[in-house]
Amino acid sequence: MTTAPWPKAVRRPGPVVRSALAQALLGANALLVVLPMIFMVLSSLKTTREIFRDPFGVPAALRWDNYAQLWSAAHFAVYFRNSVVVTVLSMALLLVTGTPAAYALGRYAFRGNDLIFLYFLSGIMVPIRLAVIPLFIMMRDLRLLDTFGSLVLVYAASGLPSTVFILTGFFRGLPQDLDNAARIDGAGEFGILWRVLLPLVRPALAIVTVYNIIPIWNDFFFPLVFIHQDALKTLPLGLTVFFGEYQTNWALLFAGLTLAAAPVLLLYIVLSRQFIKGLTAGAIKG
Amino acid sequence: MSAPPAAPRRGFSYRTARMCWVAAFLAPALILFTAFVAYPIVTAMAYSVYRWDGIVRRGFAGWANFQRLLTQYPYRERTAEAFWHNVWTFVLTMIVQNGVALVLAALLAGRTWGARVYRAIFFMPVVLSLVVVGFLWELFLNPVWGAVNKLLVLAGLGAFARPWLGDTRTALVALILVNAWRWVGFPTVVFLAGMQAIPEEYLEAARLDGAGSGAVFRRIVLPLLAPQVNIVVILTFIGAFNWFELPYVMQGVTGEPYHATDVLGLLFYRAAFGAVDTGNPDVGVGSAIAVVMFLLILITSSAGALYLRRREVEG
Repeated sequence: MTTAPWPKAVRRPGPVVRSALAQALLGANALLVVLPMIFMVLSSLKTTREIFRDPFGVPAALRWDNYAQLWSAAHFAVYFRNSVVVTVLSMALLLVTGTPAAYALGRYAFRGNDLIFLYFLSGIMVPIRLAVIPLFIMMRDLRLLDTFGSLVLVYAASGLPSTVFILTGFFRGLPQDLDNAARIDGAGEFGILWRVLLPLVRPALAIVTVYNIIPIWNDFFFPLVFIHQDALKTLPLGLTVFFGEYQTNWALLFAGLTLAAAPVLLLYIVLSRQFIKGLTAGAIKG
Repeated sequence: MSAPPAAPRRGFSYRTARMCWVAAFLAPALILFTAFVAYPIVTAMAYSVYRWDGIVRRGFAGWANFQRLLTQYPYRERTAEAFWHNVWTFVLTMIVQNGVALVLAALLAGRTWGARVYRAIFFMPVVLSLVVVGFLWELFLNPVWGAVNKLLVLAGLGAFARPWLGDTRTALVALILVNAWRWVGFPTVVFLAGMQAIPEEYLEAARLDGAGSGAVFRRIVLPLLAPQVNIVVILTFIGAFNWFELPYVMQGVTGEPYHATDVLGLLFYRAAFGAVDTGNPDVGVGSAIAVVMFLLILITSSAGALYLRRREVEG
């Protein structure tokens, strides 16, 4: 990154034209991404008749009662709460089990270290849903079908490979002197992790959290298989129930979609850099 | 693990205490991972060589489930059809989604005005639930009231308006495009990161030698982008052969219309939980499908990983 590319390019026809073309293409693609979402929000504030008659216009009057109706009639509050509970519990279990494991693998030399690391790593490319039949039978035997427990266990367990992989790398990168100094000061093995190292791997914990929390929040497959009781359905599964029920009430459908998308999108708008970094963690080094 | 005999007692107990801690740190994760990932995956493979009665396991079946999957009506037809739909999904996604991503990344690299904001916008749908994306586009693609056809009419292209999701010729392509809409930001960011890691001197030297921007891209940027391309190919392959949510949400469990959007993921789900024809689950065949999908993904991703490692060794 030494010199600006423009001066050399001036000889060739039109750097201005070229950058204008680039802006046009990028702008067009940005519209292609954003417009459907804007239509979604606008439509959620119309009546169904208005959506059919004038799909691209601005709503004549903002119909907020679509949302009120969602919250009361369509069990949205229940689905929403279920998704929050399942996601929080899964992330908690994942971090509570994954962090110490990564600490042990990253900071201690012992026989079998590499082997255990590889064992965890072997799960990283395997789509866990291919194991859904044994998992289903297992959950039935454990009497966990139709409980949050089934989801939380599967989400936490299948998040371990990436979590152990990312966190072990971070733990390995910290200077060994930290442990030794803490040990001389009388800290135990757990104290070293909790008080000395954990604050230093906080950025990695953020990456691991983003990497796992979005797929967990969005997961549809396991609730579809494990959860049958309406009161326990998570948002993506609840959305399919809701779409079946209100097929023709498009205003309500758009409001439901907007409400389902809103929490993640709002978070994304605030933390887009962290989201991009976290979600591409497996595919981009560093 | 035994301590060397000469070791002082204090040292021995200290070491033992430390190893106890290590074991305590590892145990919860090991148990969780073994019980709910490793063991179920291994059993899932094993299930494919048993006979099943509903979800009750009977005797050893050998290759019978695979035989039924690949040679018996209606499985043979369904499997072949679904498999080719997965292949087509992979190919078209590679061309459309990843092709567009490569162009977008190239446009964003360098000192493009607003690159940060564009990147954030392109990535936005990646965080959305596929259920939301699927339903949203199902409404947009509705033949009568959907925004897509209305837009075509408005643009004077009413002749092209059609029931995109109801027509066997367009349904799968429509799904693939919706999927690309949701995912395109991901490969864009991966490619962009690769391009930004290329030292400016390389590009500058080529330009000084008189290479046009097309030649710079083909001869220098693309070869140096091989690791990123490789990762994107692997992830696209896994995604294409694992495809389930979007077809399920938009086209139902049988991949309507007339199985035009049936994929291995749907077939697997139907065999395991809802049956292909009879209505009874067929766990044996379901497990056989899982094994096939697992092997396809395993072979491709290990081949990709090997290729990547060899390149890295070369420098």
